[in-house]
Amino acid sequence: MTLQQFMNEAISPWMREEGPDSDIILSSRIRLARNLSDFTYPILEDQESLEEIRDFFEKEYEHQTFQDYEDFSFIPIHNLTGIERRVLVEKHLISPHLAKRGNAAAAMISKNEQVSVMINEEDHLRIQLYFPGYQLRSALDKAFEFDDWLEEKVNYAFDETKGYLTTCPTNVGTGMRASVMMHLPALTMTKQMNQLLPAINQLGLVVRGIYGEGSEALGNIFQISNQITLGKSEEDIVEDLKSVVDQLIQHERKIRSRMMEHSSLHLEDRIYRSYGVLGYSRVIESKEAAKCISNVRLGIDLGIIKDTPQNILSELMTLIQPGFLQQYAKRELTTKERDILRASLIRERLQLEK
Amino acid sequence: MECQECHQRPATLHFTQVINGNKTEVHVCEVCAKEKGYMTYPEEGYSLHNLLSGLFNFDTTQLKNHQGQAFKQEEELTCPKCKMTFTEFKSVGKFGCATCYETFSSRLDPILRRVHAGNTKHAGKIPKRQGGDLHTKKQLEDYKAELQHLIETEAFEEAAKVRDSINALKKQTGDPETGENS
Ligand SMILES: [Zn+2]
Ligand SMILES: [Zn+2]
Repeated sequence: MTLQQFMNEAISPWMREEGPDSDIILSSRIRLARNLSDFTYPILEDQESLEEIRDFFEKEYEHQTFQDYEDFSFIPIHNLTGIERRVLVEKHLISPHLAKRGNAAAAMISKNEQVSVMINEEDHLRIQLYFPGYQLRSALDKAFEFDDWLEEKVNYAFDETKGYLTTCPTNVGTGMRASVMMHLPALTMTKQMNQLLPAINQLGLVVRGIYGEGSEALGNIFQISNQITLGKSEEDIVEDLKSVVDQLIQHERKIRSRMMEHSSLHLEDRIYRSYGVLGYSRVIESKEAAKCISNVRLGIDLGIIKDTPQNILSELMTLIQPGFLQQYAKRELTTKERDILRASLIRERLQLEK
Repeated sequence: MECQECHQRPATLHFTQVINGNKTEVHVCEVCAKEKGYMTYPEEGYSLHNLLSGLFNFDTTQLKNHQGQAFKQEEELTCPKCKMTFTEFKSVGKFGCATCYETFSSRLDPILRRVHAGNTKHAGKIPKRQGGDLHTKKQLEDYKAELQHLIETEAFEEAAKVRDSINALKKQTGDPETGENS
């Protein structure tokens, strides 16, 4: 199992399992930033140090297994084409920053794509662990175990009072960002998300769209994460995040059911129109596709559309991205060519045409 | 819409920046976004570089004027391991190595306080292997905080149990200060 698997499948193996509250929470993620005490940090670009670190991880961990995270692939970033890098970013297996890094950057990814370790990103190590649905606590527990496993062989830059010493002072302490990916179509449709944003920010959390640029959230998918990493335990940070996410879930569900009560026909119309567009269009831009995918997913969650798997949202959202389309075509594509291929891949996936 | 930085190219990136609770709309072109650091860490959402610059009251023009002049008057802290100076740290907002934290420690807390809502002290995980005695130390601190809380809420029975745990832990680590008369 190698790079080819990561490149060809739009959906990661761990996403096939349905997690708790999956009508709203697509995934939970824990990211830990760690550095090695004996080396200067990647921003200083000391090639020798960075290569030593990269080689160490390749030697020690390639094809290793930790619990369910089997057979780690070791992927030097400079071996990848531009399109391949993009695919890994679109699948959230590496960060855009790592994709742009030079020679010594690498990624270590488990076969089920649930764990990825970025090497020589902004910090020496960025450990990411995903769980399907709403499972922040499980993700945290596993991330800690995995962190301990790595620490058996390396010396972390750690200080009793300042915690894990990260490159950026905004990450120091726990070095942890806990986040959930939420699908919030009802809150967005009713324009309530914009009103909620400042309040969520005030509580020390960051909200951003995963796809699309800036404040616009393509596909109504939002990532919510903690801002502060110092002065609170990881468990407390996760609890604080959960208390806000719990409320958002309740809110979104309430509006969904209110919509079903008061305007089910219009809602149904909107959902089926989107279904039609996805099922039959010949040319489609990513923005329109994302909007329709979100509607169809809502339709599945509300029981309006049947016989279509729930995780279609995650799969199609990756499938329609520029990197993935070009990887599929095995060449660079113009915007127009992408719009055509996008439409045809979605049609194929939904199989409405017989 | 034109880019708010260069006023030449069209703005292609639009987002909201939140600094200390103040929201500002940002409209920039891709070139400026890269140059001005808006896109350094797209993964992090808002621009950390700018956030930090704001926190340090960092201003590019000011730094240029000061270089070689005013800054020399102040004693410059330099990290013995990676050679980063405090001035450089302030301008990039990143540390060069673990030793930087020690080197700049006298000036760090005000910055950390602003970034982390008043916090300056780590309260989370301790590395399993490297942590050594710190694990017991932390466990003791946790017990003591719990004890304090239980006494305040007059849960004396529970408190006695926690006190037993504290004593057991102290005995185990060979702490001479046993809790008999405390
Ligand atoms: Zn510009
Ligand atoms: Zn240093």
